[in-house]
Amino acid sequence: MDVLPILSTLHRHKLTAWLLILEIALTCAIVCNAVFLIGQQLRRMDLPSGIAEHELVQIQLGYVGNTPDAKAQTQTDLAALRTILGVKQVALTRYLPFYLDGGSNTGIKVNPQQQQKTLDAAQYLGQNLLPTLGTRLVAGRNFRPGEYVDLDTAVAALNRGNLKGLPQVMIITRAIAERLWPGKNALGKTLYVGNGIPFRVIGVVAQLARHKRLQQGVEYSTVWPIRMTSADGASYMIRCAPKDRTTVLKAAVAKLKQLNPNRVVLKARTYDAVRRAFFANDRAMAGILVGVIAALLIVTALGIVGLASFWVSQRRRMIGVRRAVGATRGDILRYFQTENFLLATIGIALGMVLAYGINLYLMLHYELPRLPAIYFPVGAIALWLIGQLAVLGPALRAAAVPPVVATRSV
Amino acid sequence: MFGYYLELALRSLRRNKVLTALMVLAIALGIGASMTTLTVLHVLSGDPVPGRSSTLYYPQIDPRDMSGYLPGKSQPMYQMSWIDGMNLLRAKRADRQALMTGGLVAVQPHNTMLDPFYEAARFTTADFFPMFGVPFEYGHPWHAADDEAHARVVVISAALDDKLFGGKDSTGKTLRLSGVAFRVVGVLGDWHPNPQFYDLLRKSFGENEGVYVPLSTSQDVGMNHDGSTDCWGNGGSGKNPSHTAPCAWLQFWVQLDTPTRAAAYKTFLVHYSEQQKALGRFQRPPNVRLRDVMQWLDYNRVVPDNVRLQTWLALGFLLVCLVNTVGLMLAKFMRRAPELGVRRALGASKRALFAQLLVESGLVGLAGGTGGLLLALLGLSLVRRQPAEYAPLAHLDPAMLLVTFLLALGASLLAGLLPAWRACQIAPALRLKSN
Repeated sequence: MDVLPILSTLHRHKLTAWLLILEIALTCAIVCNAVFLIGQQLRRMDLPSGIAEHELVQIQLGYVGNTPDAKAQTQTDLAALRTILGVKQVALTRYLPFYLDGGSNTGIKVNPQQQQKTLDAAQYLGQNLLPTLGTRLVAGRNFRPGEYVDLDTAVAALNRGNLKGLPQVMIITRAIAERLWPGKNALGKTLYVGNGIPFRVIGVVAQLARHKRLQQGVEYSTVWPIRMTSADGASYMIRCAPKDRTTVLKAAVAKLKQLNPNRVVLKARTYDAVRRAFFANDRAMAGILVGVIAALLIVTALGIVGLASFWVSQRRRMIGVRRAVGATRGDILRYFQTENFLLATIGIALGMVLAYGINLYLMLHYELPRLPAIYFPVGAIALWLIGQLAVLGPALRAAAVPPVVATRSV
Repeated sequence: MFGYYLELALRSLRRNKVLTALMVLAIALGIGASMTTLTVLHVLSGDPVPGRSSTLYYPQIDPRDMSGYLPGKSQPMYQMSWIDGMNLLRAKRADRQALMTGGLVAVQPHNTMLDPFYEAARFTTADFFPMFGVPFEYGHPWHAADDEAHARVVVISAALDDKLFGGKDSTGKTLRLSGVAFRVVGVLGDWHPNPQFYDLLRKSFGENEGVYVPLSTSQDVGMNHDGSTDCWGNGGSGKNPSHTAPCAWLQFWVQLDTPTRAAAYKTFLVHYSEQQKALGRFQRPPNVRLRDVMQWLDYNRVVPDNVRLQTWLALGFLLVCLVNTVGLMLAKFMRRAPELGVRRALGASKRALFAQLLVESGLVGLAGGTGGLLLALLGLSLVRRQPAEYAPLAHLDPAMLLVTFLLALGASLLAGLLPAWRACQIAPALRLKSN
């Protein structure tokens, strides 16, 4: 197909041609960035937690009136929960990975004299936590019963400045181990919390995501041998087979109410629901972005249809003359298709530059990474396709113009 | 003349229904998307305490040790520790001041038909109500003397009053909270500050607390703290933060009626920090901030990033729709070149033709605006179904309604300018000849 005659025709319709190019460029730039944003949201929603997500349920209780002996009540509760049919493991903990309702974090240093912390990690407290959550140890061991300290004892010791009353050991994630001691074995090493409180690393887990503040490092989590009670705002975590979750949840709530009716169920849900709630906004945003992309492409396609129809009706005589001097229908069809392809290509080229610019702006203001190059061809192909589809109708109409038009005066 | 143009415009728009529909649709989509996101942005960046926001300030000081300190860069502590909060409260250097924190209390209804439940609570001091201009349906706030006396008094929200007492005047009645009997002294009127500026760490948007109890009493009874606790040094906290531990978990607000008073208060905060440093409690050099409500909301970036991003996206979409409309309008006007040529030849001036074409594009804008409004209402109802905590607030107000139409009209007139100007440039003789 000869491009020169097309260019010379376009030259005579500069304004309209540029408008179409501008529209395609803008659409291309926005679509590239929107698709990229969707990718980001999906990646966030896909982050691994490192726990047996589909096997966990959470029950949180609140006491009404005077709290009884919480420690004794908690032990009774835990023992009773273990007897429920289908229950594999039970633990008590305060926060979970990807948790909307709060969190606890601590600064970690490798050297007690350090002024700035090396990293900020999430804290997981609670007994029997790793077996219940299904978090895999890759090195070292789990806590021994003698290593646990009660939460109230630990807080009292901390506030008195008595470091002996605190737990001495900690389990960390592989990500922390690699950040603190790259390439070395973390087991037996000492890390420091607060103003130089030492903890010996006795275990490393493969993966355990933090509660929130994901930008501080999703994989930075620590597990402490601290016992809690159900009056400390902690939740019972129960592990069971995925299919048993509903029945176990119901049975466990009934059992806990029966053991002490003087309390209110604040939360009773599966971990899947916990995770869903955390990422609900991301899912909604991805949905909105998909909607915007669809609307943009439709509007652009309609714009191309409108302008192409205008051009076809304007050029009826020219088409007639060309047909009369021997051009086939296919020639006319290809003429309009090539014209659209040329315009789309210029638009896409401009759009790429614009997309890059928009991405730079977003990187400055919204903590987003650089737009990977893979998104550029995706945007280009989408717009080429849209352009060709949109122009097909008007081009077919053009091809249907009979040669006899050339001989008419109007 | 305008009437005649209107008639011409209607006739021309009817002649090419598909093209007209495409233009109206493009404008409606662009306006609908932009108005949806602009309305959300408008609602979220509103003033939660109109008329008072410029005299309410959130003082911040920095009681931490030197660990992690970056001179000139470190922001002061976000919240107040118990000791500093109490010191500043008792100093009474502001026109009004209130120390507060969030909590959760177990409510045991009188009515045995209702099960006990947990309710969000605010533990605060007496000035909270007059300072924030909180309206009362029944009764009155408690007084400073009640704070001193650790009185077992409670103020409840209208929603809780509805739930517990059927919306009747419940002042003087007894309410059991966390196992202790309290006397209801007041029921709030219609008060829904959004964003919830006074404690953004709990949540930024949504319903305010149902229960308000004197801070002193809440500590006696051992009511559950619910909110963020930041500790420094070797501070640590269990469920309820300790009063002596190096932990910050309270919010302190002051009312300063004039800028001079505000400047003086800031100086006072610096003096307080120096004095505490001399006593050995503080270690950092004085590092204070005194932000008013709007500055505080801005500093906290209370409008979610997603909402800002959506607004940019929608405006970009509107731009594409506009370019699209310009193109279609140009096609439409150029197609009528012969007719315009005839009118020019018959004596119509360029200005008259220009005006006529603008009336036509304005008409497209009005139709697009109406469509956009409907789409915006639909869009907002979709936003309300989103899971975000600000979602229920997304409603169109009269101001935004007006903006919708102005935006639509402005956008379509803007889109019509270039095509109309282009169409008027046609030499009439040439057009007549080619016909």
